[in-house]
Amino acid sequence: MTAIVQRAGFLTSVQDLGRTGFRQFGVSTSGALDSFALRVANLLVGNDEGAAGLEITLGGLQLRFEHERIVAWCGGEFDVQIGSRALPPGHVAYLQAGDELKFGRAQIGCRCWLAISGGIDVPVILGSRSTDVRANFGGFEGRALRDGDQLSLREFRRSPTVTTAGISSWAGPHDWVSPAKQCPNLRFVRGVDWSRFDDVTIQQFTNHEFTVSSDSDRMGVRLDGPELKRQDETDLISEAVAPGTIQVPPSGKPILLLGDCQTIGGYQKIAHVITVDLGIAAQLRAGDRVCFSEVSLQDAHRLLMERERDLERFRIGLSLQRA
Amino acid sequence: MEIVPLGDSGLIVRVRERFEDAPGETLDEVLRVFQLLQRAVIPGVIELAPAYTSVGVFFDPIAILKSNGAADGVFDELATRIRSAIIPASKLHRRRRATRGPRLIEIPVCYDPEFGIDLDRVAEHTKLSEREIVDLHSTSEYRVACIGFVPGFTFLAGLPRNLATPRRDVPRKEIPPGSVGIGGAQTGIYPLRSPGGWNLIGRTPLKLFDATKDPPTLVSPGDRVRFRAITREEFESLKQ
Repeated sequence: MTAIVQRAGFLTSVQDLGRTGFRQFGVSTSGALDSFALRVANLLVGNDEGAAGLEITLGGLQLRFEHERIVAWCGGEFDVQIGSRALPPGHVAYLQAGDELKFGRAQIGCRCWLAISGGIDVPVILGSRSTDVRANFGGFEGRALRDGDQLSLREFRRSPTVTTAGISSWAGPHDWVSPAKQCPNLRFVRGVDWSRFDDVTIQQFTNHEFTVSSDSDRMGVRLDGPELKRQDETDLISEAVAPGTIQVPPSGKPILLLGDCQTIGGYQKIAHVITVDLGIAAQLRAGDRVCFSEVSLQDAHRLLMERERDLERFRIGLSLQRA
Repeated sequence: MEIVPLGDSGLIVRVRERFEDAPGETLDEVLRVFQLLQRAVIPGVIELAPAYTSVGVFFDPIAILKSNGAADGVFDELATRIRSAIIPASKLHRRRRATRGPRLIEIPVCYDPEFGIDLDRVAEHTKLSEREIVDLHSTSEYRVACIGFVPGFTFLAGLPRNLATPRRDVPRKEIPPGSVGIGGAQTGIYPLRSPGGWNLIGRTPLKLFDATKDPPTLVSPGDRVRFRAITREEFESLKQ
């Protein structure tokens, strides 16, 4: 049971919800940069939320399915085609053996996540099927996909509502399946070194737009904009950092860390993007503009809890529909 | 001890303010806190990451909210549980004496100029001969202060002060796995092919990181480390 990678595209990798438990050995989280989008896509095709799917960067992926499968994707604004039919985000499609699925270039955003019923069958390494593209392990042979690769797929349970129905007329909630925005506002909580920056710098951070630099990748989004001056240039002792951390190196150009970020860092931490907005951050690509606004830690937790409750309702809705 | 938030799903327990003043004692205390938190199995806590003076704690806010209800208190609730799990050292004093100290791991290193491509640079900076550098480096004992940067990168404390050499101004794009380097007042080992700015003085044939093993690293935070100088022939025969 395989899908053949006819064209791998710019950067496509196998990812699940990431690797936990090995930070003490320097192992990054990896995983889908928008883990919520992958969870939703997996639920749509009847998978466990944590099944391994594909993270597609900037498009260009073309797959041919050797066996029937149910697929759905969430993420940036991509043109996705099954043969001549369009597959919009969050819709569920039934593919027959021989069908081809093609991702065009992203109009808005940077990445999307494809879930395939059954999930992608790669070995579990250190508790996860995610590819660590920096350290070259996990996922498909520890690397991004290449033209001609054959992806093994796991068995799936056929669901009566989606089989042979082509493409569903209904879709998941718009904000979930299509989170990319033009000039998004990312909400943050204060970082541990917030007070090391003076009022002028804080104003610059919260009142100005930043532009995404071209040397951004899965480790972090590098931002150009007003220089964030640090009051003291003391090197801090390295301590834990995490996806969402915004650190300010001596250059004064902030870096927003993403899923492949290192486990520790010594730069000053001005802020942390809240978990519910990490999926929006994962859509930033070179040249995009972005701004930041502060929320309280309590609000960050409340927003996360609300989204989780909504997902729970969505999950129940789907299971009723399939029953 | 200070507990500060690291975004909405993490926090940092700062055990000590400084590291260099008393590296050994600081490491012991950080690892003691790390182990106490590991044993405490606090609901919602996913994983812990010790580093130099602190322990990073990563948690699932949803799991904590579900168990306590109110959105106001995730951080405070967790901080309280962490504080109560960290028993002051004095109460454990007698039990600690009975347990063995950190393990000692010997790492063979070939200091041939072929691998130690920055030995000349270190010699120039330290005013020591290359022979003296190798002797000093391979007869000192180190402690693993932290593993990070890339999987398995081993930061070692205990470099003799006169070996300290500033990092290279322009980092190398690619450093071979196993390279042993000096970066400022620290020494360490690059486990994987990666970029890096440390001065390379040798190479170990051992694999520092192997994703197929659990634990995936040869050494763990707190371990004692000694380097044993080996010949080029021994390097080849030990190569993994």
